[in-house]
Amino acid sequence: MAENVKPRVKAPKSASAGEVVTIKTLISHEMESGQRKDKDGNRIPRSIINRFTAEYNGKMVIDVTMEPAISTNPYFEFDATIPEAGEFKFTWYDDDGSVYEDTKAVTVA
Amino acid sequence: MQFTRRDTLALGLGAAAMTVLPFRAYASATDDLIAEFTGGAEVGEGGLTLTAPEIAENGNTVPIAVDAPGASAIMVLATGNPTPPVATFNFGELAGSQAASTRIRLAGTQDLVAIAKMSDGTFVRDTKTVKVTIGGCGG
Repeated sequence: MAENVKPRVKAPKSASAGEVVTIKTLISHEMESGQRKDKDGNRIPRSIINRFTAEYNGKMVIDVTMEPAISTNPYFEFDATIPEAGEFKFTWYDDDGSVYEDTKAVTVA
Repeated sequence: MQFTRRDTLALGLGAAAMTVLPFRAYASATDDLIAEFTGGAEVGEGGLTLTAPEIAENGNTVPIAVDAPGASAIMVLATGNPTPPVATFNFGELAGSQAASTRIRLAGTQDLVAIAKMSDGTFVRDTKTVKVTIGGCGG
């Protein structure tokens, strides 16, 4: 089910030390809830991303447990503190075991 | 067949019970989840803001936001969904604020409940009623 999964992240390229920045993430994913039925009346099995994490230089920013009630193409917006220059690492964990990753480097001016 | 005054009253009560009962059923599933999250601790009010539209035209994507300064985790429940859990946000040490927003599915008009676990171990809740025009579970 997990085809054409493409993460997209909007994060600032630079920040001042200690600044709080807003991060927006979107990943294209069906998020099949397991509640829907196909035209023959068979239940379509659940296939969702069940966890999303954002780290900065290995330190946790946010860790979200996701349930089938999250919409198609899961979107998250949250704030992160930038203590020093480094790199964001975003990770999405799929039900089928796939892991999708994206990184964004931030420089401190 | 004629209704006596007593029959009419009994019917009225029965009808009232019928309309209330389904909500009770949802409420108990939600209560269990809340108890699991809080470990049975008292849940207070205030300090947590759950933002959701009053009317959502499309239940497939309902934008919501939670904000609870000083929280370590926030759980969101949709009391009227086939599976009430929506998401649990755990904030790490570099979280710029204890706030997040996302888009969720709602099966129909219902109450949304958010429970925040504060860093001092206490719990607070906030509730919002969302009217949904088209449900989003494809049931």
